[in-house]
Parts: sequence; structure tokens; C-alpha cells
Amino acid sequence: MIIDRTVTRAASGSELSALLIVAQRDVSKFLHDRARLVVSLAFPLIVIAGLGGVLGPVLARVPGLDATTFAFTGVLAATLFQSAAMGIISLIEDRETDFSREMFVSPVRRITIVAGKLAGESIVALCQGAAVLIVAPLLGVRPTFAQLVVLLPTAIACSVSGAAFGLVTLVSLPSRRTAQHVFSFLILPQFALSGVLAPLHGLSPVLNAISYLMPLRYAADLMRAAFYAGTPHYAASVSENPVVDALVLSVFTCLCLVVGSRVFARSERTR
Amino acid sequence: MPDRYRAIEVRDLVKRYRGARHDVLRGVSFEVAEGGSLCLVGPNGAGKSTVLSILATTMTLTDGSARVMGHDVLTDHALVRRELGVVFQQPSLDLNLSAEANLRMHAILYGMFPWRPTYRLMAAAYRHRAEAFAEMFGVADELHLPTRALSGGMRRRVELFRALFHDPRVLILDEPTAGLDTEIRDTFWAYLDQRRRARCMTIVFTTHLHQEDAHADTVCALSEGRIAASMLP
Repeated sequence: MIIDRTVTRAASGSELSALLIVAQRDVSKFLHDRARLVVSLAFPLIVIAGLGGVLGPVLARVPGLDATTFAFTGVLAATLFQSAAMGIISLIEDRETDFSREMFVSPVRRITIVAGKLAGESIVALCQGAAVLIVAPLLGVRPTFAQLVVLLPTAIACSVSGAAFGLVTLVSLPSRRTAQHVFSFLILPQFALSGVLAPLHGLSPVLNAISYLMPLRYAADLMRAAFYAGTPHYAASVSENPVVDALVLSVFTCLCLVVGSRVFARSERTR
Repeated sequence: MPDRYRAIEVRDLVKRYRGARHDVLRGVSFEVAEGGSLCLVGPNGAGKSTVLSILATTMTLTDGSARVMGHDVLTDHALVRRELGVVFQQPSLDLNLSAEANLRMHAILYGMFPWRPTYRLMAAAYRHRAEAFAEMFGVADELHLPTRALSGGMRRRVELFRALFHDPRVLILDEPTAGLDTEIRDTFWAYLDQRRRARCMTIVFTTHLHQEDAHADTVCALSEGRIAASMLP
């Protein structure tokens, strides 16, 4: 049986279509993974409720600043950043299952495949962030509509920069297990030194200098700038000018994208 | 052979893997005419899959050259990929997706159809083609099942029709019928033979099954990274 060729190759828009299908695959995988869904929601809530309460006395030095709300903004940024970064491990998983070869023998540009992965994992992270926002009132955090509007672009920036961070740090690693170990090594110091749970005031000069190297610092700070904008707690909660945070994250993301996609394409072809 | 008739041209191909002490390919050379078919045979580790990976642009070569439809695999890999359909030795389906979703991804990656989020929203031409291929390869009832739920043989069928779905000019098949029953194997080769005649499709494949040699114009026996013999099937 011969099937006549009735296919017309759509030249324009095919790269965009390829990006969308790669992204859709990641979102679809996330939505079908119940265990991951539960953990991704439970983890930030436990951190906010638990550590937010524990850190209350530390934050009590700043009158009126609620520890849970402060932790909420930091953990929201960290959740978006971490989830998107960790999602990039699926590129290694694809390599281990040989699925990446199916993508890499297609006539799609490498940067499109990598951008599709970034978009997919960023959307997954945004879904997790949205879930955290939905249950936030249970923790006593009630963002206004105006705050939610400002949080959306900030959340996108946190997710995309996280995915870019994951790309550049994890993509050339040989196995998923190695990537998970390396990721823990890279993310835990950022939780401690990026002001996710507590303000960075009072850090020693050395630790303060190191914290400037942490991309999560700028993501968390940008999130707080968006959340506390126009409130009396803005000055006590935000350490940098949000324009600086946004600029640093943008440059960082672009650099990671370029370097990461090149490293990935190279590691695929020089096995 | 004039250039325009050469679909595949491999010259003095050398490959050494990173960290390896020896070359896995040591100067392999062959040509395949457009519409021709070449079978690579040899023991495990002879370098058959390495040759195919280099032609498929998923691996770089260490020395020598390889061209597909006149395009250099090292410098014109984007043009090479447009011509290729590939079936890898190792399964390369996403087991979390259905067979149809794997196929849809392939069709979109190859620029055949624009992206749509679901099967029902895809172009009618895509749906008709998918159903016709699934029917032909005996997976019509399994098309929308998760690939994870399919047997190894069924998964292989899905991979085969996925590789043919975009009607490539050159097919690269690494032990394509491993794990298939005789009936579907015969259907597969009958379809390929027809496509070769009708559309001048070029095929390079490896196999451990002697009866499949008959589908090749030339059989090259690889041994220790060299072509030990080149013969008619």
C-alpha cells in the first residue's frame, strides 16, 4: 500500500511550531505525573508555613513586616526558579532514553529545541507558582489584584532565568543522578545566601559578596519589589533597585541560553 | 558515478570515541546511488551503528568525509537532516506519550504541519495520513494508547512508521526489524521496496538477519572498523 504524498512543508512558522510542541510535551508530562504535582505544591507550603514561623523572631526587628508574607515572596521566587532549573534535567533524561536523538535528527535548529524546553519547564514552574498563590490565603497571605498583575511578569522572569540556569549548569552532565546531586549542591547555598527566607541585612562582607553571585538573589529581590511596591515595608524588604535586578537577570538568562544551547548541541554530537 | 546520482558518499571515515584508545572506524569508504540500497553487516562492535550515527548527524567524525544528497554531514548538517528518516537501534519513543502524540511531534518537528495542541485540532491531512500509516503497520487500535502500554514489537512498528511518515529521500535504519514478527517485517520491506522504486528512496541499513540482505543492492561486511568485503546479496 502506497500513501501519496499530500504533505506541504510549511516553511514559515515551522520553528515556532517545533518550539511549541517541545514545550507542550514537558507540560503534558508534568500534568500526568501526580506524585510530582503533589510534591511541587506541598514543598513550598511546608517551607513557608514552617520556616516562616520559625523566622518570625528574626523579622520581628522590622516593625510590621510579617515573617510568613516575607517568606512567601522569597519561596515563591525560589519555587519558580528551582522548578524551572530542575526541569531541565529532563534533557538529560531524554538523552538517557535516546529520545533526544529523535529531536536532534529533525531539521529543527538546536536553539529552537532548547528554547522549547525552556518554555515548557518555565510554564510548568508557573503552574506550580499559581498553585502556591491559590493556597496562599490559607497561610494568611492575601495578595491584591494589583499585586497579582505585577507578580505575573516577575514570575515569568524568575522561571525563565531558572530554566536558563539549569541549562548552563546541568546540561553537559553525563547522567540524571549526577545532575540531581550537582543541582542540590548548587541550589542549597542559594537558598541560604539569596535572602529567600530572611533579609540579607547583617551578612558578613564575604558572604554578602558571594550572595551577589547567586542568581536567585536577584529573582527573590525582584519578586519582593513587585509584591511590596507601594507598601510601607518596601524599603525593609527589598535590597536592590528592581531595574538592576531585572537587568542582571536578563543578561544572565541570555548568556546562559547562548552558552547552554551550544554546550548541549556539542555534547550531543561529540559522544 | 556522477555527483547528482550519489545519494551517499563516504570517504576514508575514521571515528575514535572520546577517551578511547583505538579507532572504531578505520577508513571506511562506500557510495550509494540515489534509489539504491546498501546493507552493512558484521559482528557486534564492528562499527555499523557508528557509521549510521555519523550519517544521521548525531555523531561527529574524527577524520574523512561523509556526504548525504551532496551535503557534508559535518558542515551542512541542517540540509542533511531534511533528507533523512532514521530508525535507531535503541528505542527512541517517549513512553509517556501516546503513539499518536509521538507521531504528531515528529510531523511538527519536520515542518509537515503547524502545531495544534490536540489530535482533533490537527489538520485533516495529518489525521488521515496518521490513520492510514497506523492501519498499514497494524497499530490502528493502539494509536492513542500510551506507548508505555505497548509491547516491544508494537513500539518498533510505531518507530518504523514514524521514520517514514515525512517521506524522506534517504532512510537510515539500524536493525529496523529487530523484535518484529515475520508478517509485519515482510509488510515493512514490501513498503520500502515500493517506495524505493516509486520515489527513488535511498536506504542504508544494518541487520543481523541474512534474509534481509536480499533487500539491498550491495552488502558491505564490516570487521574491526574496516570494510572487509563488498558483495551482491
